[in-house]
Amino acid sequence: MLRIDRASYDAIVAHARRDHPDEACGVVAGPEGSDRPERFIPMLNAARSPTFYEFDSADLLKLYREMDDRDEVPVVVYHSHTATEAYPSRTDISYASEPFAHYVLVSTREHGDQTGLVGDDVELRSFRIVDGVVTEEDVDVVESYLFGHSPTTVVYD
Amino acid sequence: MAIEVRIPTILRTHTGGNKTVSGSGATLGALVDDIDSQHPGIKGRLVTDEGKLHRFVNVYVNDEDVRFTGALDTELKDGDSVTILPAVAGG
Repeated sequence: MLRIDRASYDAIVAHARRDHPDEACGVVAGPEGSDRPERFIPMLNAARSPTFYEFDSADLLKLYREMDDRDEVPVVVYHSHTATEAYPSRTDISYASEPFAHYVLVSTREHGDQTGLVGDDVELRSFRIVDGVVTEEDVDVVESYLFGHSPTTVVYD
Repeated sequence: MAIEVRIPTILRTHTGGNKTVSGSGATLGALVDDIDSQHPGIKGRLVTDEGKLHRFVNVYVNDEDVRFTGALDTELKDGDSVTILPAVAGG
């Protein structure tokens, strides 16, 4: 299951909408071993294409160096599909190379820009892609990671 | 001559989980051969049967993507650092 905070979720969706009709892409980094996406990092789609995305090679190096320095990993790797469902394409599967990442897909086919209508829900789904095998997982959106912690015990004398 | 090579998560199965390995070679191609002799199988993940770098992988010498510096023929010197990163891409 992907557990993600509301702010990161909304930021991914907003990026996908903003870049429509091109595909949007980026990562949400988090502390190594935490499985907690915390730091939203939108990336440029160097392909600037409605059917393909690719991180620019220099940006990719800078991103991984920065994550390394901060002991972070790409907990979420996201991108949008602009005309098809939010499910990994064959190209997505062939490129997928972060076995511990949650691959998040957003489809903007029905809602390129915000319609403003009630029920303008976004198609956002999450997958693991390991050795060419795609496994969909539930997405749990939390308002804040803080609420997931056990409350601190307060002892009054 | 020692060159440090940073290994991405997906290739660490070949390096016993190590994030960096050390190797030698006057060119990137020679370095890959040397690393492959220590960590068998890694070359096949980087280089195609035709002897070219895979499209799916980015290799940098210091800050330079080797696609712009001669790919596997890129010359190396002592103290260079090599970073391997899988491309983040899709359709």
